[in-house]
Amino acid sequence: MNTQSNAAPESPAISPVIAPASLPWSRLLYWSIRRELWEYRSIYIAPLAVAGVALLGFCVSSFVGIWEAPLRLNVAHAQTPFDMAAGVMMLTGIVVSVFYCLDALHGERRDRSVFFWKSMPVSDLTTVLAKASIPFFVLPVIVATVTLAMQGIMLLFGTAVAEAGGSAGELWRSLPVFQMWGLLLYHYVTAHVLWPFPVYCWLLLVSGWARRAAFLWAVLPVLVIGGFERMAFHTFHFAEIVGGQLIGNAPVMDMSAGNMGLDPMTTHVTVGRFISSPGLWIGLALAVVFLAAAVRLRRNQGPI
Amino acid sequence: MACIETRGLRKAFGTTIALDGVDMRVEEGRILGLIGPNGAGKTTALHAMLGLTAYQGELRVLGRDPWSERDRLMNDVCFIADVAVLPRWIRVSQAIEYVAGVHPRFDPAKAESFLAKTTIRRGSRVRELSKGMVTQLHLALVMAIDARLLVLDEPTLGLDIIFRKQFYDSLLNDYFDRNRTIVVATHQVEEIEHVLTDVMFLDRGRAVFNRSMEEVESRYQEVMARSEQAAAARALKPMYERQAFGGSILLFDLKSDGIDRQRLAAFGELRTPSIADLFVAVIGNQRDAQGAVQ
Repeated sequence: MNTQSNAAPESPAISPVIAPASLPWSRLLYWSIRRELWEYRSIYIAPLAVAGVALLGFCVSSFVGIWEAPLRLNVAHAQTPFDMAAGVMMLTGIVVSVFYCLDALHGERRDRSVFFWKSMPVSDLTTVLAKASIPFFVLPVIVATVTLAMQGIMLLFGTAVAEAGGSAGELWRSLPVFQMWGLLLYHYVTAHVLWPFPVYCWLLLVSGWARRAAFLWAVLPVLVIGGFERMAFHTFHFAEIVGGQLIGNAPVMDMSAGNMGLDPMTTHVTVGRFISSPGLWIGLALAVVFLAAAVRLRRNQGPI
Repeated sequence: MACIETRGLRKAFGTTIALDGVDMRVEEGRILGLIGPNGAGKTTALHAMLGLTAYQGELRVLGRDPWSERDRLMNDVCFIADVAVLPRWIRVSQAIEYVAGVHPRFDPAKAESFLAKTTIRRGSRVRELSKGMVTQLHLALVMAIDARLLVLDEPTLGLDIIFRKQFYDSLLNDYFDRNRTIVVATHQVEEIEHVLTDVMFLDRGRAVFNRSMEEVESRYQEVMARSEQAAAARALKPMYERQAFGGSILLFDLKSDGIDRQRLAAFGELRTPSIADLFVAVIGNQRDAQGAVQ
């Protein structure tokens, strides 16, 4: 074969693409998430610290005797400290998510490190998805694990205290631990992960867009629309919807009146109602729109 | 094969035109110096090549469109876009781990061996390092990537002379080989002059000068004319004239008619023009010409 006479008809003006040697997407996503955990250590420090403080409070109260009485005598309310501790953990999850999302796409532009991140073969889509996975996956896993571990320790400690009063058996009978944990996880995933996800995506979008005062820009539209609605129609629906979305006001279960805890005896899970609620699906659709806009913004925006 | 190729590259920010139709072609294995005054469009041109900004016109880097394929392009291209863009919270060890995690052509052992020559500790956070050390770290990361194109935008701005010299020395000795291409944009022309194989002057978004260094050396000649010879030398229409050491220094383009080195030597001592001298001459003439038209 004579390669010389078969030389390329015209050397192309544009050079050919080099065979790509890209790494698998899952690996890029994994390292992008590690990076977030390095940068925002509050993602794991805050839940651990709050759980530690809650545990300490539980121990102190056991000794002081505030919870000691219920544990020994009034076993009907034995679950109260567990509910309170879980509530505090979920609140921590909300607070950490809000502050994380407001800074996630802002911080890298503020310190110009976006130039470094963009010099790596990681797409804007991967970066934004890694950031969105913090409130959607990473933080929930951490909060749920820490909450269960914390309640486990509380249970051990409570058993020891109750045993001292001779009522440990009664405590365990009145605390349906596994139903309680099942209900807790269900409530957490539905009301505190799926339901508020559009709010977190909105915060991510604003953090990618705002040059400064991301919090103000995130809240302002709610105030403006809510204020207009109040003046024009004398109602509060918009603010109620947004606020309810953030604090997990989702139709995930029916609770008996006067009992705010997740008591497996009196609570009825309403999976069907949750799955079929328009609020869930409209919210998730909005979340996708917000994320797509955030990807575009990250591609276009330079440092500030 | 062309590493970078542009045709009619344009970019406007509102009514400000940053790039006004730049044509360029950088072959593989070259070291191109992109030189221009503030606001000439150097950074914009580099950002377009790196997929950091959208543009009009044609642009191919290693055969790819940077704007739509930035992530894939970065497998073969590295850049230091500015001094101190490493995130301040990251630890040295984390930076190495991260790049090893996401970059298929990164060799952590190589980065470690570059760092071993410095005083940077693995456990330090970037915020604890001096500006010079941050640049050393970034360079160590970049040099450990087996990339085909390295783009540097004012990589040594604000560093002291020792760091600056070390920076370019290690770039040349430990990194550059004939298969790689380097594009450097800078103000500090004198420091990189001896490193370059090609030079390009950018002014007001246009490429006003684009030559290889061999061509620069063979084509441009300065003569230090004694004052009594200056008028005669001036008659040969020099590109540029400046006063120094009590005489005139005249810069000639030897491609012009009737000029050769022997003839110029008659006026006084011959000198090789520096890139900075050429830059002032070219940009100065450019502006005079534009002034005359207006």
